[in-house]
Amino acid sequence: MSAPTTRTPAPLPEELAAPERTGRRGSALVHRLFVVRELGILAALVLLVVVTVIANPRFLSGQNVRDLLLSAAILTVLAAGQTMVIVTRNVDLSVGSVLGLSAYATGTLLVEAPGTPVVVAVLAGMAVGAVCGLVNGVIVATAGVPSLVVTLGTLYAFRGLVSLWASSADRLQINAADLPAGFKSLGGARLLGVPVLFLVAVAVVLLVGYYLRTFRSGRELYGIGSAPEAARLSGIPVGRRVLTAFVVNGALAGLAGVLYAARFQTLDTTAGTGQELFVVAAAVVGGVAIFGGSGSVYGAALGALLLTTIGTALPQLGLDPFWRDAAVGALILAAIALDRALQLRLAARLRGRNARRDR
Amino acid sequence: MDHASAPPVPPAAGAAGDGAVVLALEDVGKSFGAVAALRGARLELRAGEAHALVGENGAGKSTLVKILAGVHRPDTGRVLLDGQPVTLADPAAARAAGIAVIYQEPTLFPDLSVAENIFMGRQPLLSGRRIDRRGLARRCRALFDRLGVALDPDRPARGLSIADQQMVEIAKALSFDARVLVMDEPTAALSGVEVERLFAVARSLRDSGAAVLFISHRFDEVFDLCDRITVMRDGQWVSTDPTGDLTVDQVVRRMVGREVSSLFPKTDVEPGEVVLEVRGLTTRGVFSDVSFDVRAGEIVALAGLVGAGRSEIVRAVFGVDPYDAGSVRVSGKALKKGDPAAAMAAGIALVPEDRRQQGLVMELSVEKNATLTRRWKLARAGLLSSRAERAQAAEWSKRLQVKAGRLSDPVSTLSGGNQQKVVLAKWLSTRPRVLIVDEPTRGIDVGTKSEVHRLLSQLAAEGLAVVMVSSELPEVLGMADRVLVVAEGRLVDDIPRARADEDSVMLAATGQGAVATGGAR
Repeated sequence: MSAPTTRTPAPLPEELAAPERTGRRGSALVHRLFVVRELGILAALVLLVVVTVIANPRFLSGQNVRDLLLSAAILTVLAAGQTMVIVTRNVDLSVGSVLGLSAYATGTLLVEAPGTPVVVAVLAGMAVGAVCGLVNGVIVATAGVPSLVVTLGTLYAFRGLVSLWASSADRLQINAADLPAGFKSLGGARLLGVPVLFLVAVAVVLLVGYYLRTFRSGRELYGIGSAPEAARLSGIPVGRRVLTAFVVNGALAGLAGVLYAARFQTLDTTAGTGQELFVVAAAVVGGVAIFGGSGSVYGAALGALLLTTIGTALPQLGLDPFWRDAAVGALILAAIALDRALQLRLAARLRGRNARRDR
Repeated sequence: MDHASAPPVPPAAGAAGDGAVVLALEDVGKSFGAVAALRGARLELRAGEAHALVGENGAGKSTLVKILAGVHRPDTGRVLLDGQPVTLADPAAARAAGIAVIYQEPTLFPDLSVAENIFMGRQPLLSGRRIDRRGLARRCRALFDRLGVALDPDRPARGLSIADQQMVEIAKALSFDARVLVMDEPTAALSGVEVERLFAVARSLRDSGAAVLFISHRFDEVFDLCDRITVMRDGQWVSTDPTGDLTVDQVVRRMVGREVSSLFPKTDVEPGEVVLEVRGLTTRGVFSDVSFDVRAGEIVALAGLVGAGRSEIVRAVFGVDPYDAGSVRVSGKALKKGDPAAAMAAGIALVPEDRRQQGLVMELSVEKNATLTRRWKLARAGLLSSRAERAQAAEWSKRLQVKAGRLSDPVSTLSGGNQQKVVLAKWLSTRPRVLIVDEPTRGIDVGTKSEVHRLLSQLAAEGLAVVMVSSELPEVLGMADRVLVVAEGRLVDDIPRARADEDSVMLAATGQGAVATGGAR
C-alpha cells in the first residue's frame, strides 16, 4: 500500500523532554505496599496461632493442624474462584448452592454407579458447577443485570433444584455407608503427612494465581474490573471474559462440592448453605477489592486460612463459637480500613512524585 | 517521507499533506433516537498530514470520533480505509485497522501498571502465550525514551497527572504503529509546555507518515499544527481547506454560520435589584476569581466551551461542591458554602445538567418527583399526604404543560423534554428567587425547547433571577440579557445583549477575544 513502513519519530528537542523525575521507584513502592497487605494477613494468622498455642499447646498437634487444613481447603478453593469474579467488578453469591448441588450430584453418581473412578466423579462435579456458572455468566453478560442480583436469584434457584431432585429421587440424605470406599479414602488421604484435599486447594490457588498474572486474558479480567468503559474502548471482549470468569468459578465451586462430599461423606440438601458470604469475606479480608481491579488470589487464600483458623482457635481459647462471627466481622472492617489507609498512602506518595503542574 | 503510488488525490487540496488518502468518511449519518447527530458528514485523512476538525459544541465531532473508534456504527454512508469500504464493528476492529484514538478523558486502568495500560491485549509473549514481563517493561521504556517521557513503566496509572495520562495514551498509539491518530481535544487540560511536547510528538508522527486528526477549540493550536481544516456544523460537513487559505474569522463564521432564529422569545424586563452576588469565587485548578451579579428579572447566560468550568461554577454557587475562596450572597445575605440545603432555604434552585443522574428519580412517579424538594412542607406530622402531593404536582404540571399519561406514571416513561419540565416543576414549586439551569434544553426536541424557553422568559418576567449555562449559542443569544463568557475557568467577558453575537461570544470563548472586540472592555 502507501506509506512508509517504519516510523521512528525523531527524538524530541532537548527543552521539551520531560523534566527528570525522581527515579523509577514506583514499582518497588507499589510492590512493597502489596506485600505489606499480604504480610499483614500472615502476621494476623501467626499472632492468632501463637496466642492459641500459649493458651492450649495441643493446638499445633498433627491431627489438629490436619483438621484445620481440611476445613480450610474447601473455603480456599471457593475463594480462588470468587477472586476471579470479584476482580471483574462482579460477585457470585450462588457458590454455596452450587457446592450443594455438585456435592449431591457427585454423591448420587457414586451411589448409583459405585464403580465410577474417582477422577470421573471429580470431573462430573466440576461439570455440574461449570454449567451453573455458565447460567450465571450468560445472564450477567447478556442481560446487563448486576451480578449481585442475578446470583442472589440463582442462589435460591440452585438450592431449590437440589431439594426438588432429592425429594423426587426419594433420597434426602446420602450416608457414608452408601459411598464407595475408594472415594471415601480421598477424604482422609495424605501425601507426606499433608491432607490431599489441602494439596488440591493449594494447586488450585497456584494455578489461578499463575493464570491471572501471566496470561493476557487474566490481565484483562483486572482491566475490566478497574475501568469497565476503558476495557470496552480498548477492545477487550468484556462479555466473553466475564462469562469465562463465572464458568471457571462455577467449576471450582463444583470441585469444592466434590471435596465436601469426600470430607464429610454424609450429604443432605443443605450442604454449603451460607458459604457464599464467608467466601466473599475471605476474599475481602485477603485484600481483593470488592469493586474489582485489584487483589490477588494468594491474599484471598490467606484470608480463607485465617477465617478458618479463627473458627477452630476460638473454642481452644475457651471462647464461645459465637465469637467467631464477631471476630470475622471485626476482621472485615479491619481489612477495609487497612486497604483504605494503604491506598491513601500510595496515592499521596504517587502524587508527590509528579507534583509539577502549576495550573 | 515518500509519498505512495496509491489512489489519485482529489484536487481540492493545496500544498500541504499531499499523501495518499488513508481514511475517509463519505456521507455518514448517525442518529440517536430522534436526534440526528450526523447527517452527511465527510472527512478525508491523508498520510503525513495533520488535519483539524472544528465545530461548535454539538456539531457532531465526538460522534464522528466514536465512529472512527468503532464505538458507534454509522446508519448511512461509508468508511473507507485505503480506498476500500470497511466496517469498524468494534474498538478492536478499529485498532486492527491502525486507528488510535486519544479521548478527551483519558481511558486508563487505574489499578494496572503504566506498561500494562499501554500493551493491554498486546503484551509481548514468551512460549505458551505467557506474558513476557521483562520484555513488557523494556518495550515500554523504549517508547518512553522515544517520547522523552520519564515515567516509570511499573507504577500504577492511578494518580498520574492528566498530562502524563495523555502521554500514556500517546505511547499506546505509538506502540501499535497507528496509521491514523485521532486526538479529541487533547490539550484541554494541559499547560503550555505540555502542549508543546504533545505537538512535537504529533508532528514527528505526521512526518513519519501517519495521519493525525486533531480536534480542538483553540484556534492558535489548530493553525499552528494542522495542514488542513475541516469545519462541521449541525452534524454536517461544511468545508475542508488548507490552513493557509483560511483565517480565524472565516473558520468561526463557518462554524456558527446560521441564522439566529426568533425561536427564543425573551421578553424585555426592567431588571430589579441585585439578587445573586458572586465575588471572587475560586476553586483551585477548576476556576478562579469569578465575580458576577444577577438582578431580578434578568437572564444571565454562562457561555463557553465544554470543560471551561461553567457547570463547576454554578455547582459551587449552589453549594453542591465546596470552593476555596470567595463568597456568594443572596439578596445581600451571605450563603454558607458547601450547603445546598442552605442555598435552597435562601431561595436558590439548581436544575442540573444531567437530569437522569442528578435531577430525577427515574423510577418514582411524576408527582413524587415534582414534589421531592417540598416534601417536608407538604407533610403533616411527618407523613406525606398523597392528596397534597397530587395537588401540587397537578398545579405545576399544568403550568408547564407536562405531557404525561398520568401523574402517577414513572418519570422514566416520559420524553426528554417532559422530563425536563418535571425537573423544573420540582424546583419551581420551592418558589425560588434565583433559578440556575444547566443546559436546560440538551437532548430536547425543537418544539419542547421553545416551550422551555417561553417558560424561562415568563419566569424572569415574574421577577425571577435566572442563570443559564448553555453550550448552544443560538439559545444563549436568544435568551440572555447578558452573556458571561467563561474560558479556562475565568470570566473573560461580559457582553450585554445588544452587542452579543455569535462571533463575539465564540471568539471570547476560544481565547481570541481581542481579535473580535478590539481589546478588553
